[in-house]
Amino acid sequence: MSKYLLRLFIAGHTVRTERAIANIRRICDQDLDHQYELVVIDVLERPQLAEDQKILATPTLIKELPPPLRRVVGDLSDRDRVLVGLELAIQDAQKGNSQ
Amino acid sequence: MNTSAADAPIQKVATGIKGFDFIAEGGLPEGRTILVGGSAGSGKTIFASQFLAEGIRKADQNGVFVTFEEHPADIRRNVCTFGWDIAQWEEEGKWRFVDAARDPAQEIHVAGDYDFGALLARIEHAVNTVDAKRVVLDSIGAIFGYFVDSGRVRHELFRIASALRDMKVTAILTGERTSEYGEVARHGLEEFVADGVVILRNVLEEEKRRRTVEILKFRGTMHRKGEYPFTVLPREGIVVIPLSAIELKQRSGDIRVTSGNAELDRMCGGGLFRDSVILVSGATGTGKTLMVTHFVDGAAAAGERSLLLAYEESREQLGRNAIGWGTDFDRLEREGKLRVVCEYPETAGIEDHLVKIKDEIEAFKPDRVAMDSLSALERISTGRGFREFVLGLTSFIKHKEITGLFTSTTPTLMGGSSVTEAHISSITDTIVLLRYVELFGEMKRGIMVLKMRGSRHEKEIRELVIDEEGMHIGHQFRNVAGILAGHPTQIAVSELERLDELFPREAM
Repeated sequence: MSKYLLRLFIAGHTVRTERAIANIRRICDQDLDHQYELVVIDVLERPQLAEDQKILATPTLIKELPPPLRRVVGDLSDRDRVLVGLELAIQDAQKGNSQ
Repeated sequence: MNTSAADAPIQKVATGIKGFDFIAEGGLPEGRTILVGGSAGSGKTIFASQFLAEGIRKADQNGVFVTFEEHPADIRRNVCTFGWDIAQWEEEGKWRFVDAARDPAQEIHVAGDYDFGALLARIEHAVNTVDAKRVVLDSIGAIFGYFVDSGRVRHELFRIASALRDMKVTAILTGERTSEYGEVARHGLEEFVADGVVILRNVLEEEKRRRTVEILKFRGTMHRKGEYPFTVLPREGIVVIPLSAIELKQRSGDIRVTSGNAELDRMCGGGLFRDSVILVSGATGTGKTLMVTHFVDGAAAAGERSLLLAYEESREQLGRNAIGWGTDFDRLEREGKLRVVCEYPETAGIEDHLVKIKDEIEAFKPDRVAMDSLSALERISTGRGFREFVLGLTSFIKHKEITGLFTSTTPTLMGGSSVTEAHISSITDTIVLLRYVELFGEMKRGIMVLKMRGSRHEKEIRELVIDEEGMHIGHQFRNVAGILAGHPTQIAVSELERLDELFPREAM
């Protein structure tokens, strides 16, 4: 079972969207040991979901599990900021130590 | 290319906000985006909410409210005092919120490039869901607080503004201002909503708050210029008072009505003009309230209805005074010939009083309006606000072909003129002065018609006697000079004769 549940809200398939998806997959593969589930939601197709989650900017990444709920906005090109924003810095540090 | 569409005049959307559509010459430009700027507490959110509420109530146009600052629950609660049941409209699919208010528990981390695609998708979704014709974004300045990169935010808001245009909705964007007379809005917001700018002000003037609205620009369409006072009323919301904008369609009819005193009618050349405004000025105790009583009584005798607005005395006291002079207010009220409204001036702002008076006039439909006293209302307002009040009231009652009688109390016993007169004498048609005259150790009263527009009138200062039947106008003060200046002096008879030779008296 995956340890992390992530939702990525995007607005249509743009260059920025593709970049965000590629970035989060790379971070997850490297830092989350593949133990994650990533759901990509296109707000153009499902605007009500964006309304429910009160999403303003796209792309927005929401970490639903494990708690606490965390949000990161942007194309996720800044890996360190993504890890801090999702509160994954500890694992990252441990991983850094083990290498 | 089809140029006819581009050349077609811009249609206006009536906001439904009382008085605003008048100064906007029809309303907001249809399909455009208007910036409503104002400092904190200037009424931006009310204005925006009312735009949507009146759209639903009066124009059958649905609305979307995008809130960046307050939560929908707060807005629903705050506007229910105006009688707008947002929850009900939401249920009926006429109103929809897009909640973009910041959740303080949610910190936003920015990691890379982004846009407001989600917000735009949500607005579009909401507009499509309720088939909205009106959209409000309140207040867009707040979004600059969420994201540090203001250049990015500005760019994205520009994109939203142009998307609103494509959706063919009429939109209001509200923006914070830091000062009442400075830049239009913070963050240079007016640049991308250049279709129109409306400014709401809440200025502290002579220790009194004064709300005004000004249309700064409507690109490609007409509007009235300058600041117009407005007030915020429970059950109504914003009411703009287009005072100086009221056209003076003075039908200076020559129909005369009685002042209630035959002698005064004679002094005025046969009575007062029906659609005119009379100012009665005098010190305390000179007989102003008595003149008002006669005015009401004379109207009732002629089968006319009077509205008496009293700001100095209670209903009981007025009734007692009137009975003492032989006029029964209770009976007149029962017969529907009179309505007395007593109020303390301090209970409301001057703009509120004007709205209330207009409502009373609309409801009672009087032939005459008497106000005792106008100067009492002056206490609660600024010089400019008072002048606008008088202008608005006089043009309103003239428009309705009502005879108006206002009293004004002079601050000094002898002579003198009040600030009230200085402010409004040019607006009134007739001025009657009541003055004390000290003669042989006795205080007498004098009356004169100082001016009467469009009519011949007596120029003499006559003696005014008050007894249990009311007032009687007697002879001219022949041997006294300096009454108006406040220091009457006796003139010897021989000197008077000499003056007569100098200025032969014309036959009246």
